[in-house]
Parts: sequence; structure tokens; C-alpha cells
Amino acid sequence: MTEELKDIIKEENLVYAKTPVLTDNVMHYCPGCTHGVVHKLVAEVIEEMEIQDQTIGVSPVGCSVLAYNYLDIDWQQAAHGRAPALATATSRLHPEKYVFTYQGDGDLASIGCAEIMHACNRGENIVVIFVNNAIYGMTGGQMAPTTLEGQVTATTPYGRDPELNGYTMKITELIAQLPGTCYVTRQAAHTPAAVRKTKKAIRKAFENAGKNIGTSFVEVVGTCNSGWKLSPVKSNDWMVENMFPMYPMGDMKDGEKGLNK
Amino acid sequence: MAEVRLMKGNEVIAEAAIRCGCDGYFGYPITPQSEVMETLMIRKPWEETGMVVLQAESEVAAINMVYGGASCGKKVMTSSSSPGVSLKQEGITYLAGAELPALVVNIVRGGPGLGTIQPAQSDYYQSCKGGGHGDYHLIVLAPASVQEMNDHVDLAFELAFKYSNPAMILSDGVIGQMMEKVTLSPMKPRWTDEEIEKISGSWATTGKKSNRSRNISTSLDLDSAKQEQFNHKLQAKYKAMEENDVMFEKVNCEDADYMFVAYGSSARICQKSIEIAREKGIKVGLLRPITLFPYPTKAIQEMVSQLKGILTVEMSAGQMVDDVRLAVNGAIPVEHFGRCGGIIHSPEEIVEALEQLIKGA
Repeated sequence: MTEELKDIIKEENLVYAKTPVLTDNVMHYCPGCTHGVVHKLVAEVIEEMEIQDQTIGVSPVGCSVLAYNYLDIDWQQAAHGRAPALATATSRLHPEKYVFTYQGDGDLASIGCAEIMHACNRGENIVVIFVNNAIYGMTGGQMAPTTLEGQVTATTPYGRDPELNGYTMKITELIAQLPGTCYVTRQAAHTPAAVRKTKKAIRKAFENAGKNIGTSFVEVVGTCNSGWKLSPVKSNDWMVENMFPMYPMGDMKDGEKGLNK
Repeated sequence: MAEVRLMKGNEVIAEAAIRCGCDGYFGYPITPQSEVMETLMIRKPWEETGMVVLQAESEVAAINMVYGGASCGKKVMTSSSSPGVSLKQEGITYLAGAELPALVVNIVRGGPGLGTIQPAQSDYYQSCKGGGHGDYHLIVLAPASVQEMNDHVDLAFELAFKYSNPAMILSDGVIGQMMEKVTLSPMKPRWTDEEIEKISGSWATTGKKSNRSRNISTSLDLDSAKQEQFNHKLQAKYKAMEENDVMFEKVNCEDADYMFVAYGSSARICQKSIEIAREKGIKVGLLRPITLFPYPTKAIQEMVSQLKGILTVEMSAGQMVDDVRLAVNGAIPVEHFGRCGGIIHSPEEIVEALEQLIKGA
């Protein structure tokens, strides 16, 4: 006898529920965008650590500017690139709180390069979630510092040419050199296994903030199928094939802040 | 007993910040105001009151740290001088757009560009007419003595929190660098978390409690209709400031045929010019705006029927003179006098300019 669907959908059979830290607002992200997954992971970590009332997020300018619509926590919306400066003051004025920035590659690696470098160098007790999709999404697909050589964007219509546009910037490798950081890692979110690893990394970063041992920096290599002008599935393939060789996965640093550590 | 000391204007800004219960200072060195942060670092208020003091990597970072701190409902401030304040304009318009209270101190030096490190009053337009983008105003206070440098810190925070609006102390290199006798304010404790909850709990980002919806500090609204409504709300706020919080001082105006309008160090110099002119038989007084926004428009208008002319004195090529002319609306002659580029006018030069005005009037 086949089981009826209504017999299966029961409280005791539940294996997954949306975390209440994620609001019911409909996300504005394009289908296939990595932001939705990363938002969910941050929300789940906040729920699991029971720190919803102690967490302050700082959203950037870019596609995730409206992150404050999706995570049910207190938020500050920063000017372009300045999120680490807001987080610095917030964390210093509220040392007991969990403060994180959520930034894209244009925001963090281009216009906000000084702010992220110095916040990480001072070892601010903050978490940085850095979503790198090698392009400016919100403004319509222009070149970012992280754009690959040869990659076609709205402002590199013939492909990124280092002579004309400069080289691809691996900012996370630079961040890992700064003595203020305690944990620097690069992850992805294109497969269930990668999502689980990313969640573990985000959890570790937030736990570090509870221990006040330095800045934790989690890069998530993601897709921008609208900007890349590829389907979500093809975007994942393109990312694995082209971005992963330039942006290899894994921890670059796992310890605590300070020189020679 | 009140504590009286001989101090530099810049040092007093730092001391007054600690004493008024300021929670955080974020700055970047620039002449002629570096003593503000230096004094704070020597005083180590974090040991005494818990006040955070941080040297930021740039003016841009400093003002955005102020944005973060202000978002938490804390009393936070920065200080700089003209080129640095230009860099802060992005953060200042965001503060205005997010309706956040904060204090920015500008110890003005001559411009444009890197200009000079000598005093000037050439940032009036930037401070009072915008500076950053969008329709907004700062509350702008213009101290004319080291004593007022002390008093205006607390006043600026009071007005900033009253209106949920950033405030600026617009001073200059003369007041910042000169030493005068000052009666320091008594120590006020910093606000507790409970007090912040009471004062700013409806908007401050202090961690979302289960009994309230999340607080969001933002200046973004993609819905133009809502953005227009928000702009109307801001304008209503500025109107309320104009109705309730204009401050000015009148000196020797009772019998005056002529009047100087000057703020800050120019107003101090004008007091000497009044003495010289009166010895020559010219009945001249002074109206000194203490708030540059809201501007004492009505106070100037009320003087018009009594006067034959007004001389505006600023260390600039003539900026505030526009507001005096708007107030007077052509009823009597209004002229500007001022040295600029870091040169300070002498009392005698001002009297000569007044005599020229009288000849022409």
C-alpha cells in the first residue's frame, strides 16, 4: 500500500525548517544567486548560537544592500565600502555583541579596500562575510577587482585586459597576511557539501567573535548568472572551471591575532 | 567649585567631550586641529569613563565609524579641518539621511584644495548649504571663544539628539589654536544601556530584543513616493529648528546706524572695530550668529528699519553675506569685507571697509 502524502507530512517527520531568523520577505535576488544561500547560512548560525538579540549586521552597497529585509536582526546600512568602519565603532562601543559585515567584491575589494584592510589589521572583533562573484551585480555587471582576466563584463566588453584594466585581485590572500585576522577562509556554495562547509566556516567565525581573538574573514565564491549572462546551472560550471583555479578553496589562516601567530 | 583653566580651543573640545559623557571619538590627524585627538590620547578617557578613542585610517573611515556608533544610539563625534571635512561629506549626508545624531567639529583652514594651514571661514557654504548630496542641513554652531568651544560640545549633542540630526561645530584655526581662560563643565556620566534604550530604543541598533521589531539604520528608500515624504519630514524638522533654536548675540546695537554681521573669530575682531569706529563717531554694532543653521534671519530683519547699512565680515571671499542679503532683501546696502586664504583681517581694515560702505550708502 502506498503511503499518502498527508500521512508523511507530519511534525515528527520534519527534517528541516526555515530558521525564524530569516524573515518571510520575498528576496529580490535573481534565481541562482549565491546571496540567498549565504543569507540562510548566516541566519541559521545566529539561530543555533542563540545570539539573535546580540547580533548587529552591517549591510553594504551592492546587491546585498537590502540584506536587512531578510535577516531579523538589527542592521546598519553602510555607504559603499564603509561597512568595516561602521562595524569597528559598533564592536568597540558594544564589545559584548556579535558584529558582522556582509559585503560583495566591488564593495569590499574596490571602493572599500582601505576600510577592510585597516579593520582587519587592527584585529577588530568582527566577522566579515565576503561574497565574491567577480562582477558588480546591482549596477548591471561591470568589472570588479576580482574579475578574471579575459572575463567579459559591461565595462570590459572585449574581456578584461590587464594592460588596460589591471590584474585580478586576490584580496583574501592579502587579508590573510594581516596580523589582526584570526581566521581567513575561502568557501563556495554550489553543492550541498560546499554549503555545509561554508556553514561550518561561518559558525567558526561567529564563535571566534565570542572569544575576541581577532577578525574572522569568510570569502564565499559565488555566481552572478545575470551578470555573467549564463543560466544558474551553467554559472556553477563556469565558476568551478574558471574561478576555482584562481580562487582555491580552504583555510588560509586559523589561529588568533598577533604577529608571528 | 567650577574648574577654571587656561587652555587651547582644540584641547577644550577634547576635554568637553569627555565631560559631557561622549561615548566615542574617531578622528584622523590634520592641522590645525590635531590637538583634539592628541589631548584625548593623553587623557585616556577609556580608563575614566569608558569613552572609546580611535585613530582611523582616513577621514572617510572616521566619519563612517561615527555613523556606526551613532546607529547604536551612542554620543559619538569626529573632528577635522577643511580638506578632511570635504572627505567626510559622504558620511555626513548618510548621517543626515539616516537621521542620526552625531557631532562633527571643523577647525577651518584656508582653501580650496590643500590650501593653507592658516585660519579661514571659507567653509560656510559647505557647512550650511549642503556639502554632501541631497536636501539636508546640519545644525551648525559657531563658537567665538575658547569658552564657547567648551559649551558648544554639550549643546551640539543636545540639539543633535533633540532633532535626530548631525550637528557641526564650525570653528577656525584662530579659536582652535588660541589659549583663553575657560570654565570647564562638570563631569556628566555616559548614558547607561538603560538610558540609551529609553532615549533611542525605537531606532538604535543595540541587538533586536524579542519584544520589538528589528531596528535598521539606513538612508535608503527605493520607493520615490516614500523618499519624497521623508524629504518633507526633514524639511519640517529644519523649520522647527528655525522656529525654536536660533541663537545669536547683539553687541552695541541699541543706537546703531550701521551693523557688522560676523561669526566666530571675525566677530571677536569686529568688537575691536566697533571701539575704533565709535571713537570716530560712527555708531556701529554687531550681530553675531551663534547658530549658522538655523540662521538668525529674523533678528537681522528686525534691525533693518534702524540701520543705514550692514557690513558682513568673514575670513572668506564672501559666503555668509548671501544669507544676510536674503534676510535684508534689498532694503539697505549690504557689503562684504574679508581677507581670505589664511590671512586674518585687522580691526582697522574692517573700519576702513565700513567707511567705504558709509560713503556709498
